[in-house]
Amino acid sequence: MKNDDAPKPDQASGLTRRDFMKISGVGVAMPLVLGPTIVHAAGKDVEVFGPGKVPIALMVNGKKLSAELEPRVTLLDALRDTFNLTGAKRVCDRGTCGACTVLMEGRPVYACSVLAIDAQGKNITTIEGLAEDDALTPVMQAFVDHDAQQCGFCTPGFIVATTHFLQQNPNATPDDLRRGLSGNFCRCGTYDGIRAVALARNAKKNLTDKKTDENLTGEKIVEALS
Amino acid sequence: MSDYAWPNPATRPLLGKRISRVDGPIKSSGRAKYTYDYNPSGLLVGKILGCPHAHARITSIDTSAAEKMKGVKAVQIIQKPGTEIFWAGDEVVAVAAVDEPTAEDAIRAIKVQYEVLPHFVSDAEPPKNIASTTGPLSQEDFENMEENQVPDAQVIAALQKNGISFRPNADYLKELKGYGVSASVIEALTKAKYATATAARSPYKETSVQTQGDPDKAFASAAAVSEGLYGASCITHCCLETHGMAAEWPSGTEAAAYPGTSLLIHISTQNLSGIAPQVAETVGIPAGNIQVMQQYIGGGFGSKFGPDRWGIAAVQLSKSAGGKPVKIMLDRATEQEVAGMRPSGYARVKIAADKDGKLIAWQSRSWGTGGMGGGGSPPLPYIFEIPNQRKQHIAITTNQGSARAWRAPNHPQAAVITMTAIEDLAAKMNLDPYDLISRNLELTGPRARIYREELPIAAEMMQWKKHWHPRGDKSAGPVKRGLGMSLHTWGGRGHNSNCDLTIHPDGTVEIKMATQDLGTGCRTIIEIVAADTLGIPMKDIKLLIGDSRYPVSGASGGSTTSGGVTSSTRRAAVDARNQLFAKVAPSLKARPEDLEAVNGNVQVKSDPSRRLSWKDACAKLGAMPLTVRGKNPDPSKPPDLTNSGVGGVQMADVSVDIETGIVRVNKMVAVQDCGLVVDVKTAESQVLGALIMGISYALYEEKILDPVTGRMLNPNMEFYRLAGIADIGELKVHMMTGKGYDERGVIGLAEPPVISPGAAISNAVANAIGVRVPFLPLTPDRVLEALEQGGAHASV
Repeated sequence: MKNDDAPKPDQASGLTRRDFMKISGVGVAMPLVLGPTIVHAAGKDVEVFGPGKVPIALMVNGKKLSAELEPRVTLLDALRDTFNLTGAKRVCDRGTCGACTVLMEGRPVYACSVLAIDAQGKNITTIEGLAEDDALTPVMQAFVDHDAQQCGFCTPGFIVATTHFLQQNPNATPDDLRRGLSGNFCRCGTYDGIRAVALARNAKKNLTDKKTDENLTGEKIVEALS
Repeated sequence: MSDYAWPNPATRPLLGKRISRVDGPIKSSGRAKYTYDYNPSGLLVGKILGCPHAHARITSIDTSAAEKMKGVKAVQIIQKPGTEIFWAGDEVVAVAAVDEPTAEDAIRAIKVQYEVLPHFVSDAEPPKNIASTTGPLSQEDFENMEENQVPDAQVIAALQKNGISFRPNADYLKELKGYGVSASVIEALTKAKYATATAARSPYKETSVQTQGDPDKAFASAAAVSEGLYGASCITHCCLETHGMAAEWPSGTEAAAYPGTSLLIHISTQNLSGIAPQVAETVGIPAGNIQVMQQYIGGGFGSKFGPDRWGIAAVQLSKSAGGKPVKIMLDRATEQEVAGMRPSGYARVKIAADKDGKLIAWQSRSWGTGGMGGGGSPPLPYIFEIPNQRKQHIAITTNQGSARAWRAPNHPQAAVITMTAIEDLAAKMNLDPYDLISRNLELTGPRARIYREELPIAAEMMQWKKHWHPRGDKSAGPVKRGLGMSLHTWGGRGHNSNCDLTIHPDGTVEIKMATQDLGTGCRTIIEIVAADTLGIPMKDIKLLIGDSRYPVSGASGGSTTSGGVTSSTRRAAVDARNQLFAKVAPSLKARPEDLEAVNGNVQVKSDPSRRLSWKDACAKLGAMPLTVRGKNPDPSKPPDLTNSGVGGVQMADVSVDIETGIVRVNKMVAVQDCGLVVDVKTAESQVLGALIMGISYALYEEKILDPVTGRMLNPNMEFYRLAGIADIGELKVHMMTGKGYDERGVIGLAEPPVISPGAAISNAVANAIGVRVPFLPLTPDRVLEALEQGGAHASV
């Protein structure tokens, strides 16, 4: 919770998780230098960035992106605000909802909970990097076919998470699904469609819309009962 | 005479089929740009400093340190020293800076001092004898009486006896008339004596006791009487895209790109056409000089109709910063705390039936809070017009951000109070609630036929008669299973809408409408209607929405959009098609009325071999395109294409672990009517989504306020918990279609299916564990408390 009367970040109490993350590792005020300084802290050599803006280079969707950013900037904010990759969304901004999910070294992470400086040297894939231009990946197409989206704000995060989930669980069971996709929230209530996408046994085939008129139609039931 | 009526099923290739939403690909590929994603070069980031106290007076504001910070481009005081603040999180100062870290630092550097005042945030049951207000009525007192539908005679008596502490001017009286306040009340208001306000007002506002029939006699003669306590807590909208706006005053080359626009706004809104007038009034420029844009919105649910104070701040900050774009998006905590909540609604209910199981008497004392506004009054008893009634509602004013419309305002609370009481009565009578409800359908008025058709379908889908058992699952083991059901209704008539449809000589079709697609499928149904009418594929329609330069269309609230946009589109498409027929007829040697547009051709009905392709037909327009305007409503172009008053039935199957108190939904079914279904696929998605949102508020969601600080304790998404993919069980939806439904016309669907889940799930839990858990959400602690008390109702 943001408390506007909270103590300054350099006081021990009143820190949010994010505040802590933003200042962690910085034991002493360091002069602005190019390239990281190394200090010995907690038995390890730790790179120190900042204060102030530092050069940051990220490998995103196979391209090197560079900018001068404050060390407290998250990977999510760097992607969205600096590199205009806005597919990952900022929703809870503290690692709960999954709307900012991207792949880092092939594994899903909440981009709001990774600092941009810590993402350096790692391969980042965003929703924009999954498909070429206007093309859709099979998972994206399946989201369309199963109508697994409404407002669409959670959708990119869900698609990144589902893509990874299906790579790991090509024959997912409902139990796998409950565990594997519980890290993302949707407000419109599109889980039924997402479940249909994820339970289709093979992400590349068999993802056509099967939810046709399996239900008995109203007229038939009324007929049968009368 | 043109036939605007919806075509019959045999002659509609697209209408009423299963069609994927047209904006699915752009959303699923992450390319859809929302307001939050608006990121022009030179964008300044705006931030808001809110009040940390639930009730306070600002004594001083010092922004000097923030103003001196490098990168800070503008500082705007929103509420000046001396202002009384009524809820935590209310906006005090806004800043704009070159980036977010700088803006955050600037906010921290602002010093605001407050005189902290006492707050009140409890919506617990009001005391039995509320001291009646003796002082003059404030404007708020008066408006609350009107909103709570206090009978005119009582309002007039109060005005005469107490006088008023405000001075109504002519504009205000005109406004009241516009809201339907009766002439006699307005007259009494103009004659009321003015007196200065007395201090210390009660947080409780009682309506008068409303009575119809003879409830005492009916209760005395009843075969069964059941009493109970029911309700639902305050919840938030929790839109995934927080509220926000970007504003800029274009100059130089920017201005040339937006001719005639002095203020450009990107906003996350359900009310694209209605934003400019609201901004113009506050900012003091002509509404016509304001351009409002939005292509995609990350959820609204009733909370995004206005520019809000942060939006106006963005406009002012931009002005101060030389017109540069300033974007303010609320952070999650502020979104949860101030940007929308659904009022709580609770009641003590007494309900009775005669020996035949007919509902004969209802008595309720209901209460709830909608924040400073006091909140709405649930329509009790819900659905069933029980002949003998006595009821009273108490609106509680609390120090929290005011309620905003939350999908189907007041209806979920009414269902959770009424359908539960009916279920308890059925249990007392050893009746299956399905039978008790079925016996009383005539009390539902004009929708009785719909419910009568829906109930057996829902029962079949749930296998109700096979699985239902009398109250209390007697099987061994700690996990108990039960079934519950609920009924609901909503209006949903189409709103005012204008649609411009252009056919170009090259065959291109273009539609312009200043509406918005909240993820409901609005774009999809507009394209379906146009393509169906013109006999061309949907991909050949170019649909332009989300820009205030297009023709005005209504706000998306109250399930009014589907009826509105499809009706205006249908009229535009029919007129455009007929004008095209007139141009084409000579070359096909036919009369215009003998032509039809099907399968991408314009052809003679009686001889389809005499035809032109759509493209060749449009070439007959010559050099000029053809544009027509379709409207809703339009009595000059009958029939009425939209309607009102839907019916729906829902059933829930739950398991409750009586050792842990955890409730799980095994299955839910929804049978829903919405007149003519334009697109079965997106309609089903809307109902599925409503079931999931319903499971979420039935089991998890609650806006928890701290009585000590008056602040929301869970303004986040860890502890303001939404249902996840693991929580939803099996979901089955059946849309009523065909005869008896199609001919009603298009009716909106956003509100109705979200009304019943809370009541259906609460009833299923009672059926499983044998006792009623009074209030939603049905959290483990509430379930265990109800079990411990063995049905003796918990205190609030």
